[in-house]
Amino acid sequence: MARIAGIDLPKQKKAYIGLTYIYGIGEVTSLKILERASVDPNKKVADLTDAEVAEIRSIMTTEYKVEGSLRSEVQQNIKRLMDIGCYRGLRHRRGLPVRGQRTRTNSRTRKGKRRTVAGKKKTPGKK
Amino acid sequence: MPRSVKKGPFISYKLLQKIQQLNDKSQKKIVKTWSRSSTISPDFVGHTIAVHNGNKMIPVYISENMVGHKLGEFSPTRIFRGHPGTKAEKASKVK
Repeated sequence: MARIAGIDLPKQKKAYIGLTYIYGIGEVTSLKILERASVDPNKKVADLTDAEVAEIRSIMTTEYKVEGSLRSEVQQNIKRLMDIGCYRGLRHRRGLPVRGQRTRTNSRTRKGKRRTVAGKKKTPGKK
Repeated sequence: MPRSVKKGPFISYKLLQKIQQLNDKSQKKIVKTWSRSSTISPDFVGHTIAVHNGNKMIPVYISENMVGHKLGEFSPTRIFRGHPGTKAEKASKVK
């Protein structure tokens, strides 16, 4: 069982796909790492030898920021924006899109589930 | 697309001069500016700059973290007062 950066890799997948289960590793980075470790990317994770796993692990810990430390870095960057009170920080605080997208419609990823405002459509002239 | 590195960051010439004058005299004074597109350079740290937002000047105290951002980012141009009709937002309207 290969365990790298605190994540259990899926056994039955190919090595280069398996590595992408780690936060911060995509396919491109994964392939680069495997090439450096001289491991065949198409080899199944279950078939990796302990030496190969160790090699991958050492490359990853020395050269890449993954999982917890990467997540905290991202959070710190966002926090910095919020602390200095710049426009991007304000958007993060409100949970609205940061990069100038429209908010009249869409932007549901940032805003979350629809919260319907009562009496928006049906009551013209009730006030 | 980001600005070409060759040109260096854009800082309004007059604003830079004013700040440098203040630095030479090691004074602190509020500098008014309309140049929202000026990049904040390390010279600005510690000064308070009043940045126009189209309506009034917003005083911005420049800290070290802000270097590299633009002045306009710290002087919001829109006020969101909540949508009409929702009670929670009506309460915050009073503020």
